Amino acid sequence: MAFEGLSERLQGTMTKIKGKGKLSEADVKEMMREVRFALIEADVNLKVIKEFIKKVSERAVGLEVMESLTPGQQVVKIVKDELTKLMGGEQSLIEFSTRQPTVIMMVGLQGAGKTTTTGKLAGVLRKKNNRKPLLVAADVYRPAAINQLETIGKQLSLPVFSKGTEANPVDIAREAIEYAKAEHLDTVIIDTAGRLHVDEDLMQELKDIRAIKEPDEIFLVVDAMTGQDAVNVAQSFNAAIGITGVVLTKLDGDTRGGAALSIRTVTEKPIKYIGTGEKMDALEPFHPERMASRILGM
Amino acid sequence: ARYRKVDEDFFEELEEVLLQADVGFETVMELMEELRYEVQRKNVKDTSNVQSVISEKLVEIYESGEQELSELTFAESGPTVILMVGVNGVGKTTTIGKLAQRLKNEGKSVMLAAGDTFRAGAIDQLDVWGKRVGVETIKQSEGSDPAAVMYDAVRAAKSRGIDVLICDTAGRLQNKVNLMNELQKVHRVISREIPGAPHEVLLALDATTGQNAMVQAQTFKEVTEVTGIVLTKLDGTAKGGIVLAIRSKLNIPVKFVGLGEKLDDLQPFDPQKYVYGLFAEGLDQEERQTPDSDK
Ligand SMILES: Nc1nc2c(ncn2[C@@H]2O[C@H](COP(=O)(O)OP(=O)(O)OP(=O)(O)O)[C@@H](O)[C@H]2O)c(=O)[nH]1
Ligand SMILES: Nc1nc2c(ncn2[C@@H]2O[C@H](COP(=O)(O)OP(=O)(O)OP(=O)(O)O)[C@@H](O)[C@H]2O)c(=O)[nH]1
Ligand SMILES: [K+]
Ligand SMILES: [Mg+2]
Ligand SMILES: [Mg+2]
Repeated sequence: MAFEGLSERLQGTMTKIKGKGKLSEADVKEMMREVRFALIEADVNLKVIKEFIKKVSERAVGLEVMESLTPGQQVVKIVKDELTKLMGGEQSLIEFSTRQPTVIMMVGLQGAGKTTTTGKLAGVLRKKNNRKPLLVAADVYRPAAINQLETIGKQLSLPVFSKGTEANPVDIAREAIEYAKAEHLDTVIIDTAGRLHVDEDLMQELKDIRAIKEPDEIFLVVDAMTGQDAVNVAQSFNAAIGITGVVLTKLDGDTRGGAALSIRTVTEKPIKYIGTGEKMDALEPFHPERMASRILGM
Repeated sequence: ARYRKVDEDFFEELEEVLLQADVGFETVMELMEELRYEVQRKNVKDTSNVQSVISEKLVEIYESGEQELSELTFAESGPTVILMVGVNGVGKTTTIGKLAQRLKNEGKSVMLAAGDTFRAGAIDQLDVWGKRVGVETIKQSEGSDPAAVMYDAVRAAKSRGIDVLICDTAGRLQNKVNLMNELQKVHRVISREIPGAPHEVLLALDATTGQNAMVQAQTFKEVTEVTGIVLTKLDGTAKGGIVLAIRSKLNIPVKFVGLGEKLDDLQPFDPQKYVYGLFAEGLDQEERQTPDSDK
């Protein structure tokens, strides 16, 4: 019951107002209550929902009934339109630098999927953009994080730069960029350790890595199952280091993925890729429209 | 300080605080209804007195299932087997390290089983935790059959008279039928070797997870008879409020909470303390000078 789609949820309300020629403010209010419920169940952030409802209500009041669509259906369409708009248009995927190498930093909470996505992204850039990536093992904290990235590198036959767990992540990143220049590797992807957005020391570490050579992309990697806290996380990372885009992972699950909307809204940064599996080929460009449908469950 | 009155504004704010803690729509609505009634019945006037009522009600919702111990169950004789399950990246392997440390501190002999043979570096990761705690890790090479690893590990635990064997499994999303079948097989192998085992199946839930945690709990329970939840990553700003609904609907208690990445960052779950943390800091307790005008 809790996981029915918005369209189903709206059925009741829709039948009630089907016969009406015009939507009254009360009708719209009632429908918006249902929309709010559905979006909460989809993990869209509450504050984001408030703003959203306001916008949709403005468009919905006074809608005339059209031949083909009931007012209820029209509202659903408006909701979907606005959701899609909020999630941004199709994006250019990666900004490559004119000064070699292009530097991409992967950041985010623990367990979001940074290391896995580092591998996937490298694979995509080699295949689609003909790049020569270097993977950089800058997580010296998580047990066997380096081993994890090295294993991924081996699977993909891509070079991995590592200096063990005694080295400082900032030094590792600096030397990796030098190494890439010397070896003519044109794309450096830095896998950083998972960290909480409230961990000041570790957020400072990201700023220090960032200061070595302004990264061309800083991707915030976010688990699609994230709940209400997604906005705090995204806002904090963005405020601290200025992310350039988002990768949403684990979309092969059955979560609604409302976090996508929240993050996009509070950071105004595009979702560029989605992770759709554990294997190295499971990375896809993001399509706002599909995501809107998914959040609404239709 | 003048305390706020318990009025409609207050209820609305409480509703929002709880929704933002991922408690979920239905549970929050249920609570709000009962709370309104209770506040009226007890004639509670200001917010300094309503806190305990809120806590009580939340704990009531949490415990509305049968009473069940939140402590671990141990085998009467022979090794106790604990199976750790959950979706990807929630903190299973890390929790095993912390739990091993805890049990070892209680004087038990512990062994680990590296049942995640799929994810890159997973075996090594568990092995590092094992070394930190000073316990043995039974492992095979990457890509081998997890059920075979479990078989080996259970045999080793039995023959060496180990008190507790903790088994790691690969992260898997609950909608992947093949992977859930694989988990069921792992479960079966353990039961076959030791009747009554696994004595605990702990589901790791990430506190940052939203409403999807309910489906996770549902599906993992169907497949492996989950006996308890470890709510991880509570050291951040997320609260994991959905565990209230999970407990009341599926009767799965939270047994431990994870509060960091170090060996001693695992604590027994305390419902009172937990529910208090869900709402208390989020509420504005004092009378505001100007009434909210943006409503
Ligand atoms: N199903 C699925 N699993 C994924 C996806 N992306 C990552 N994972 C899994 O999520 C888990 C965590 O991924 P990691 O790449 O280790 O995450 P991380 O952000 O590097 O983790 P830390 O370094 O510990 O912070 C692993 O089990 C991955 O296989 C995805 O798109 N789908
Ligand atoms: N802050 C914090 N981080 C945690 C906690 N528990 C685990 N982590 C981190 O979360 C990340 C993932 O933990 P793992 O133990 O690898 O998770 P897992 O469920 O075994 O992951 P897979 O095996 O890939 O599915 C690591 O970076 C851990 O250090 C916790 O309680 N608090
Ligand atoms: K996560
Ligand atoms: Mg990592
Ligand atoms: Mg693991």
